[in-house]
Amino acid sequence: MNDIDTLRDSLVGEIEAAGDEAALEQLRIAALGKSGSVSGLLKTLGTMTPEERKEQGPRINGLRDTVQQAITARKDALGEAALEARLASERLDISLPVREGPEARGRIHPISQVIDEITAIFGDMGFAVAEGPDVETDDLNFTKLNFPVGHPAREMHDTFFFAPDANGERKLLRTHTSPVQVRTMMSQEPPIRVICPGRTYRMDSDQTHTPMFHQVEGLVIDKKTHFGHMKWVLEEFCKAFFEVEGVKMRFRPSFFPFTEPSAEVDIQCSRKDGEIRFGEGDDWLEILGCGMVHPNVLRNCGLDPDVYQGFAWGMGIDRIAMLKYGMPDLRPFFEADIRWLSHYGFRPLDLPTLTGGLTS
Amino acid sequence: MKFTLSWLKEHLDTTDSLDTITETLTRVGLEVEGVEDKAKALGAFTIAYVIEAKQHPNADRLRVCMVDTGSGEPVQVVCGAPNARTGMKSVFSPPGTYIPGKDITLGKGVIRGVESNGMLCSAAELQISEDHDGILDLPEDAPVGQPYATYAGLDDAVIEIAVTPNRADALGVSGIARDLAAAGLGTVKTPPVQPVRGAFPCPVGLKLDFAEEDRNLCQAFALRLVRGVKNGPSPEWLQARLRAIGLRPINALVDITNFMTFDRNRPLHVFDAAKVKGDLVVRRARDGEEVLALDGRTYALTSEMVAICDDNGVESIAGVMGGEHSGCDESTTDVLIESAVWNTLNIARTGRALGINSDARYRNERGIDPDFTRPGLDMATQMVISLCGGEPSEVVFAGELPDSPGAIDFPWSEVKRLTGLDLPQVEMKLALTSLGFHVSGAGDRVKVAPPSWRADVEGKADLVEEILRIAGIDRVAPAPLPRIKGEVIKPVLTVLQKRTRAAKRLLASRGLVEAVTWSFISHAAAKLFGGGSRKLVLANPIAADLSDMRPSLLPGLIRSAQANADRGFGDVALFEVGQVFQSDEPEGQLIAAAGLRRGTAKLEGAGRHWDGAAKTVDAFDAKADVLGLLSGLGVPVGGLQIVAGGPAWAHPGRSATLQFGPKGVIGAFGEVHPRVLKALDVKGPLVAFEIHLDALPLPKYKPTKVKPKLALSDFQPVTRDFAFIVDKAVAAGEMAKSAQNADRALVAETSVFDIYEGTGVEPGKKSVALAVTLQPTQKTLTDAEIEAVAARIVAEMAKRYGAVLRG
Repeated sequence: MNDIDTLRDSLVGEIEAAGDEAALEQLRIAALGKSGSVSGLLKTLGTMTPEERKEQGPRINGLRDTVQQAITARKDALGEAALEARLASERLDISLPVREGPEARGRIHPISQVIDEITAIFGDMGFAVAEGPDVETDDLNFTKLNFPVGHPAREMHDTFFFAPDANGERKLLRTHTSPVQVRTMMSQEPPIRVICPGRTYRMDSDQTHTPMFHQVEGLVIDKKTHFGHMKWVLEEFCKAFFEVEGVKMRFRPSFFPFTEPSAEVDIQCSRKDGEIRFGEGDDWLEILGCGMVHPNVLRNCGLDPDVYQGFAWGMGIDRIAMLKYGMPDLRPFFEADIRWLSHYGFRPLDLPTLTGGLTS
Repeated sequence: MKFTLSWLKEHLDTTDSLDTITETLTRVGLEVEGVEDKAKALGAFTIAYVIEAKQHPNADRLRVCMVDTGSGEPVQVVCGAPNARTGMKSVFSPPGTYIPGKDITLGKGVIRGVESNGMLCSAAELQISEDHDGILDLPEDAPVGQPYATYAGLDDAVIEIAVTPNRADALGVSGIARDLAAAGLGTVKTPPVQPVRGAFPCPVGLKLDFAEEDRNLCQAFALRLVRGVKNGPSPEWLQARLRAIGLRPINALVDITNFMTFDRNRPLHVFDAAKVKGDLVVRRARDGEEVLALDGRTYALTSEMVAICDDNGVESIAGVMGGEHSGCDESTTDVLIESAVWNTLNIARTGRALGINSDARYRNERGIDPDFTRPGLDMATQMVISLCGGEPSEVVFAGELPDSPGAIDFPWSEVKRLTGLDLPQVEMKLALTSLGFHVSGAGDRVKVAPPSWRADVEGKADLVEEILRIAGIDRVAPAPLPRIKGEVIKPVLTVLQKRTRAAKRLLASRGLVEAVTWSFISHAAAKLFGGGSRKLVLANPIAADLSDMRPSLLPGLIRSAQANADRGFGDVALFEVGQVFQSDEPEGQLIAAAGLRRGTAKLEGAGRHWDGAAKTVDAFDAKADVLGLLSGLGVPVGGLQIVAGGPAWAHPGRSATLQFGPKGVIGAFGEVHPRVLKALDVKGPLVAFEIHLDALPLPKYKPTKVKPKLALSDFQPVTRDFAFIVDKAVAAGEMAKSAQNADRALVAETSVFDIYEGTGVEPGKKSVALAVTLQPTQKTLTDAEIEAVAARIVAEMAKRYGAVLRG
C-alpha cells in the first residue's frame, strides 16, 4: 500500500458515495481538474527520470483511468436513478378517449360503393363507363328505343316532363339509362362494350320505389355476340357482385320495346329471418331485364341489324344494393339521415377491387 | 290475367300437374304471379265420421269424439264445438296440419286430461267462409277419407299471370292454352265456332261516321240483334267461373260478355235494344258530350274520343265502357251485341284521359284478334240463345278487317346467330306452327306468316323469340364473352369519372359523410342558388317542393343538415358529388362536389372533449375542405386565385370565390348567408363549399411517367420571423405570398403564424407575424446576405401594404 493506492481508494470511495451530479462534478474537478490531485500527480511525471517514469507512469495513469471510470459509472448510475424517478412521476391516464378521427367518421354512400363495385367487375370484362344527361329528349328516351308513340309500354314509365318549348316539344327526365346506350351507338363504332350507371326518374313512391333512383345498363354490340354470351356475362356478374361461389339464375321470356328476344332474370335465393342469401334456397327474386338489342333500335342508331348484333341489360343499383347489404326500405337512401348513412355507408378506403375483393 | 285450372282445361287437353303448368307458363313468358290452390292448402283436411261423441269428463263444454278418418284405427279427438254429435260427418285434420283460419300448426295435445289427436274443423278454420258457429256438418253420403276440398269443389286452382304488353293474345284463356300446347303440355281443344245464321234482318242500322283519315278509329264493327231473350242470373258454372277470377256476376247477358272477354280476349258490348233509339252511329265524340257509364260515373268526352251514339246521344264510350242508359238488365228482351275492332292508340288515350281501367280498355288498347270479330259475335250469340233463348238477326257489318301482316323472310340460321342455340329445323318449325304461324317454303330460308292474333310479330327477331321461348331459354348455354383484344384491359374511366370517384373518397376521409339527395328541389330554393329557369321546372312534379332541377347540391345538403339537427344530430358534416343543372341541354349538366359542416363538426371532431371542446365551424373549415379536395385530386393549383366574396348563397364578408382567372371560376366556399338560412328555414352556423369538377383544369399530358428530377440542397434552411403592423383590411394571406416575391430563388416558404389586434396595437391596425424560410442552394448564407433578403421583404411589405415592422 502506498500513496497512490491510498489516494485511489479514497477517491473511488468518495465518487461512489456522491449523492448527485453536482457533488460528482466537484469530485471530478478535485481529482481530474487543472489543479486536481490526480492531475498534480500526472504533472510530476515530467520531472521524473526515465527509470522513475517507467515505474510511476503506469501507476499514475492507471489511477487516472480508474478515477475516470468510477466517475462515468457513477454518472450513469445517477442518470439512471434520475430517469427512474422522472418516469415514476410521469403518468398519463391513458384510458382517456381520443377524438375519433375523420377517417373513422367519413362514409361513402352505398350507391357510390355499389357503382364502384359494378365498375370493377365490368371493367375487368372490358366495359367502359358511358354517361349521359338526366334531362333527355322524348326521341332518345322513347322513340329511338322503339317505343311507338302512344304505345302502352310508355304507360309503364310514369314520366316526369318539362314544359313544352315553342315547337311543342317537351324534354323529360330519363326514365331509364337506355338513352345513354343510344347516344353511345350513335357516336361510337362497334365493337361497343359499355355500362351506363346513373340517375333515373319515374313518378312512383312507396317502400321500394322513389321518384328518383339509380340504374345501370350495359350494352355489347359487335358482329357475333349472342344470347349465350349475355347469360354468361350476367351470371358471372351476379356471382362476382354477390360474392358467392355459384348462383342459379332463371331467364324468363319477357317484353321490352328495345330488345328482342327479351328476358327477365330471377336469381335463386333463400329468405330467412329477413335476410336474403343467394346461391341457395328455393325462392326466386327478380333482379334484371335483358335481351338482344332490337333490330329497330340498331337501325335507329345507324347500325345494320343484319351485320351488327348484341345485347343489353338493365338493373336497379339501389335494388341490388338493398339485396346485397340488406336495407329493407329504399326511401332512406335519399333522406341523408346521418344514422342511416353511418350504419349502411362504407369507410373512405373501402375501395372495391377484384384483386382485393369487393368487400373486406 | 286470372283464370282457373278447370277453365284452362276447357281449352287444353292435358294430364300435367298444376305445378308443371305454372312452371311452364313462366318458362314461356307468361309469368305466374300467384296461384291460389285450395286443393293443396287444404290437402290434409279429409272427410271423417264421428263414431261416438261423449261428454268430456273434466269440462262441460268439451266433447270427446272417436273419429273414423277412413284409414286405420279410430282417432280420439277433443272437440269444443256445440254441434259435435255421434253419427255426423265432418272434416278432420291430423296433428301437423297447418290451419289457415287460425294461422297455427296443429299439434298432438292433452286437453283437460284427455288425449286429442287431431281436430274437427269449422268452415272458418279452413278459411272458406266466416262461419265458425260449429264444425262442418256434411251430408250423410259424404265419402269418408276423401279430401274435403275435392268433395266440396274447392280444388279449382286460380292462376294469375302477368301478361306483357306485346302478348294481347294471352289475355284470353284460349291463347294461354295455345302457348302451353306449343310448349308440349297437351293439345288444344278449343271448340271451333259455328257460324250463326240470322233469322231476320237486323232492325237497327249501323253507320261508321268518320272522315276518310279517321277511318282507322273503328276498323270494323259487327252488330246483331237477338230478340225474345229472357235475361236473369247466369247459370252457376258461369257465375262460379267469374267469381273465381274476381268478377261479380251481373246477369246472363252481361256475364256472357265478360266470359268472352276472358275466354277469347274478345271484349263485346250488349245494348238493350228497347232503349236504343234509331240507328247506331259510331263517330268522334263532340267536345263536352257527356255519358253516364256503367260504373255509375258521368264522363265528359272530347273530340279525341270515339263514341257509339243513337238518337238519344252517346250510348257507349267505344271500346272502353258502355253507357248506363242502354245497359242490359232483367227486363231486357231484345239485345244488340257489338263486336268491333278499335284503334289501339286511340283506346289507350281515351282510357287514360278518362281514367277508366276496364277489362275492355285493357284488351282493346293491346289489340284483339281482328279475324275473330265475326266468330266472336257468333259465339256470343250462341251463348245468349243457349242461356237466355231468343232468335238471332242477321249481322250488320261495317268497315273492313285489316289485312293480315305480310310474311317474314326467315333464315333458320337467325336463331343460332342471335341466341347461340343450335336447334333442328323441324323443332323450330313445329314451335312456330303450333303457335299458329304459317311456315311456307323449305330449306334454310322460309316464309313465316304470323297469325292474325299476333300483331306484335313484325320481324326475324320476333320469330327468334317465339322459337326461343317455346324451346326454353334454359337450353341456351352460357358462353364466355371473349376479350375484344387478347391483352390486359386498358383503363376505361375518363378523367372526370376518376375525379368524381376520388372526390368522394377524399371528402369521406376528411370525416364528411356522403349523402345522395334529390335531383329536384323547390322553386324557391332553386332561385336562391342561381336556378329557377323555366326550362328546368317540371310540368308534373311528384310534390310541390320537388319541382325544379337543382342548380346546386347545397340546398339539398343544407336541408338535410337541418333534418339531422331536428333529430338531435346538429354537428353534421355532409357531402355530395353529383349532377347539377344549368340548362336543359346535355352540356348544361355539370358534376359538382359540395360539402358542408354544421355546428362544431370540425375535421378533428365535434363537441366537447377533455382536451378542449371543438370550436364552432367557420369559413376556414370549408376552405380547408375544398383546398384539400383540390390537392387530393391532383389539380395543379399554382394559378388558383381565392378572391374574397362569394356567390349569393354565401356571407359576403366570410366567403371567397375560387377561380383560375376571372373566367375560370370553379366554385366557392364560405359561411352560408344568414338570409339563405332563413329562407330555407335552417339554423346555422353552417359553412360550405361547392366546386364544379368539369371546370377543373385537366392534368397535363406527358409522354412518359417519369417524375421531375428531385433537387435537394446540401445547405440548411434559415427561418426569419417578422411582425408587421398593417391596416386591418390588409389580406395577410396576400402578404405571405408577396414575401415570396422578395427573392423567388431564396424564399422557399412563408407562413402566417400570428395575427394580433389589441393592446399595444393602434386601433384599426393589426399585427401580422410572418415566418419566412430561406433555402440556400449554392452555399451557406452569410449574416449580411440574410439581412439583405430581410430588408427586401420589409421594403416589399411597406410598398405594397404600408406595413411597418413592429417595434
